[in-house]
Amino acid sequence: MGKGMEHRAGSVMVLGGGIAGLQAALDLTELGYYVYLVEKSAVVGGVMAQLDKTFPTNDCSL
Amino acid sequence: MLTNADFLALAGKQGDFTARIRLRPRYIDTDSCTACGLCTQYCPRHHVDPYNEGLALTRPIHIDYAQAVPATYYIDPESCLYLQHDTCQICVPVCQSHAINFNQQPEELDLKVGAVILTPGFGRISGKTLAKFGYEAHPDVVTSIEFERMTSASGPFQGEVKCFSDGRHPHRLAFIQCVGSRDLGCDNGYCSSVCCMYAIKEALVVKEHDPDVEITIYYMDIRTQGKDFDKARERAEAMGIKFVRAKVAGVTPWKNRLQLTYSTLDGRHEFEPVDMVVLSVGLESPRDAAGIADITGIELNRYDFAKSDTLSPLTTRRAGVIVAGAFQGPKDIPESVTQASAAAGIAAGLLKKQRGQGIVHKSYPREKDIGDEVRIGVFTCHCGINISSVVDVHAVDDSVEDMEGVVYHTDSLYSCSQDAIETLKQTIIEHNLNRVVIAACSPRTHEPLFQETLKDAGLNPCLVEMVNIRNQCSWVHAAEPEAATDKSKDLVRMAVAKVRGMQPLPEQTVPVMPKALIVGGGIAGMTAALTLAGQGFDSVILEQGATLGGHLGLLNHTLSGSETAKYLKHLVAQVKKDGKIEVLTSARLVQIAGFIGNFASVVATGTGEAAKEHTVDHGVIILATGGHEHRPDGYLLDKSNKVVTQLELEKRLAGKARNRAPGSVVMIQCAGSRGDDLNYCSKVCCNHAVKNALQIKEINPDAQVIVLYRDMRTYGFAEDAYREARLKGVVFIPYDLDHKPEVYEKGRSLHVKFFDSILREETDLTPDLVALSVGIVPDGTDGLSKLLKAPLTDDRFFLEAHVKLRPVELPVDGMYVCGLAHTPKPVDETIAQAQAAAAKAAIPLVKGSVSVDPIVSHVDQDTCIGCGLCASLCPFAAIEMVKVGKKRKAHTIAASCKACGICSSHCPTFAISMGGFTNEQITAQIEAFGEVSEKETTEVS
Repeated sequence: MGKGMEHRAGSVMVLGGGIAGLQAALDLTELGYYVYLVEKSAVVGGVMAQLDKTFPTNDCSL
Repeated sequence: MLTNADFLALAGKQGDFTARIRLRPRYIDTDSCTACGLCTQYCPRHHVDPYNEGLALTRPIHIDYAQAVPATYYIDPESCLYLQHDTCQICVPVCQSHAINFNQQPEELDLKVGAVILTPGFGRISGKTLAKFGYEAHPDVVTSIEFERMTSASGPFQGEVKCFSDGRHPHRLAFIQCVGSRDLGCDNGYCSSVCCMYAIKEALVVKEHDPDVEITIYYMDIRTQGKDFDKARERAEAMGIKFVRAKVAGVTPWKNRLQLTYSTLDGRHEFEPVDMVVLSVGLESPRDAAGIADITGIELNRYDFAKSDTLSPLTTRRAGVIVAGAFQGPKDIPESVTQASAAAGIAAGLLKKQRGQGIVHKSYPREKDIGDEVRIGVFTCHCGINISSVVDVHAVDDSVEDMEGVVYHTDSLYSCSQDAIETLKQTIIEHNLNRVVIAACSPRTHEPLFQETLKDAGLNPCLVEMVNIRNQCSWVHAAEPEAATDKSKDLVRMAVAKVRGMQPLPEQTVPVMPKALIVGGGIAGMTAALTLAGQGFDSVILEQGATLGGHLGLLNHTLSGSETAKYLKHLVAQVKKDGKIEVLTSARLVQIAGFIGNFASVVATGTGEAAKEHTVDHGVIILATGGHEHRPDGYLLDKSNKVVTQLELEKRLAGKARNRAPGSVVMIQCAGSRGDDLNYCSKVCCNHAVKNALQIKEINPDAQVIVLYRDMRTYGFAEDAYREARLKGVVFIPYDLDHKPEVYEKGRSLHVKFFDSILREETDLTPDLVALSVGIVPDGTDGLSKLLKAPLTDDRFFLEAHVKLRPVELPVDGMYVCGLAHTPKPVDETIAQAQAAAAKAAIPLVKGSVSVDPIVSHVDQDTCIGCGLCASLCPFAAIEMVKVGKKRKAHTIAASCKACGICSSHCPTFAISMGGFTNEQITAQIEAFGEVSEKETTEVS
């Protein structure tokens, strides 16, 4: 049995902290829910953080 | 936020899941680590840096990049000397904050959650596939992600592109498309949907750096079907980037360079010497897809992506488990962001009853009275080396020493890092600062963070002024460090002068009317209304037609076989019975007033005697106005009964007529699109043509179907259907703009003349039927755009607030867009976008109030002469004329004011001032600029 955590009503788990996971987590908190963002690596950001610029406007992606 | 975390198990059901998570140790205490970086400097072991795709070395103890979140270092156990060999531990005494803890153990947690959103992203194409193109065998063959790190200014080579073999700058560069995509050889039959775009982007970046580089992109079809994506391709062509339609057979060493072997469409084999090859690698399903599917019980498709249904694209077999992003199917950033918002909206609907119960509201200390004494703190940032490599940051910091009101000043490596923010807060409290100047980067990205810090320290957030010495000094004057330093000093001095006169501005909030107005009753509008209703919010749908349903009703089925008509009927019934949705048919919007949270719209319904107008009060508006089929000239459409559109063909094929699938059909793609009457790609027509071609073959297997196309854009999993059509004998022949197919009548027969680019000859056919893929035009966006003051693109679609990160919001607050009004798109994307628009629109409705930016205009009633000039000039109708006593006076409606300053600059009696930008402050700023100039002049003379 894993260590329990305090139970928060209305919480959602988001698996994966790339751009999709981050956006889902941000929107959920804005909509009034508690979010557990679970990311397998040591930082969030995913592949988008590796990109230099974004298509087609060439904006910085960080 | 749980990083270094593995997902182990999921028990329970929707509303009551228990998720088992294992946290792997970081070996660094996140609360103590200040991200100073000393540990990395002392760590003796090398570690291949995965963040830089192995192109650089770091240490086992490191942080991926300076802006990483969480801003805490971590130890990679795979290469750490202590964790592998029980030696070293140099980092432990080095760390000043005693953050390193080798005793950390893996920890398991049980999370109680109501819903799960799966966004694990995508995986990498296998080395075996890459090896076919000489990867690993030759150092100058790189993947596009490696190349991305190479071109990045913050990457291991500071943006310099060099050959790994000998360090020379490549003169000839080749991009190979579809590596690991559209390739059954590696069991990836699908199109990855993003590679064409990033290849063009990377090519453009390189070309901008060095215009002499010759770049060729070898492709099968260029799939730039997204909004305004074709324009980037045209830009690339204009800059001299070559596009060659060819299949690359292999890459081999040739002298000290590489040689590309490829075959073109007409069967010729060609060789091309190049210096460097970039492989446009596709998106693979995530490596742990099978594991996730096992744990959650969701289904995967044949390529190990999450299986989903066209009409319910984000839900899975297991209730309460939702997917979004690349795991749902390969896709780009805007699509991922859209799906993420949609997934959030769906989850919110599932857990409606628990909304707001688990969250903690952030509280701030009471705002301090700032008193009369001006106490300014100036903080100058190095931004790593981004500023300090050009600007002498210490000199700038020293220059404020004796300035009036400055009681504290310092510099820092990264002012925005978590620890620096905490230090800033403590410094404000300790030195009782009441004005702050931050000399760093752009307020556009960082002002909210510093304003928040002021609030945390008990100050009004308007008492901070940012100076952008990065963009305006170190970046633009990179070649002149002294001048850049002088300019930084000038800007900082001016900011100090301005901030002296800064006064706290009250934060205002206005209540929100919890109701949405949805313009358009098609699939997008109805989906948005139902998503909002699912979260408990009322909406009013305005439908201009007599019934709900829109254009989806014209379709029979989707490419993946979903029955649209049945779904639509079900959706209409659901909308009608939902008590939270009011439907107004034959209705149109004639007027809209107000602002986010408080719109009042006048809606006209009925015609003739039944015509009436009524007002709808609402807090947000969603535009789902849809589009219709374009009818191009020049192809005998509407002139010959043998020429039909794909929609008309679909209807005919769904009918019962015996000859509904004639013996010979020619389909012409992009008829009237992509530079013809319409300047864009409509994204759906290729799929539509393939769908109809397959249907014809189904009914009449002997039928000859020829599809004339420019680029077949059957992106994503639709590629399977394209392949199936080819296997069933449908013939696909590309044409280019110089050889557009011609449709003409001679006597009673219909002719199609085209240049067969495979046989390389002019061909003239007399088919039984010509089907045109005609593209989509938006409905009524011109009028709405004027009414709403919401901008359109050149192609008359609504322009979103940010193409990547805010794809469903309009630049005007409280307005959202979805479906064809945004850009042409297939049904599944429309549904996800409608769900996303509804989720975004629900945010202000959930909050119940919106805060108004405190920087608004203010009219001094004593000085105002009531001329009304300001009210007539205000583009946002934010100034009203009111009676004060017996006199007419101007008054600002704060919630509508956008702080443009037009009123203030035109007021003949200087009665209007802008919060945070008063005349006195601006004058002080200008005078401060003159101060040193005068001094310098004196010194010179």
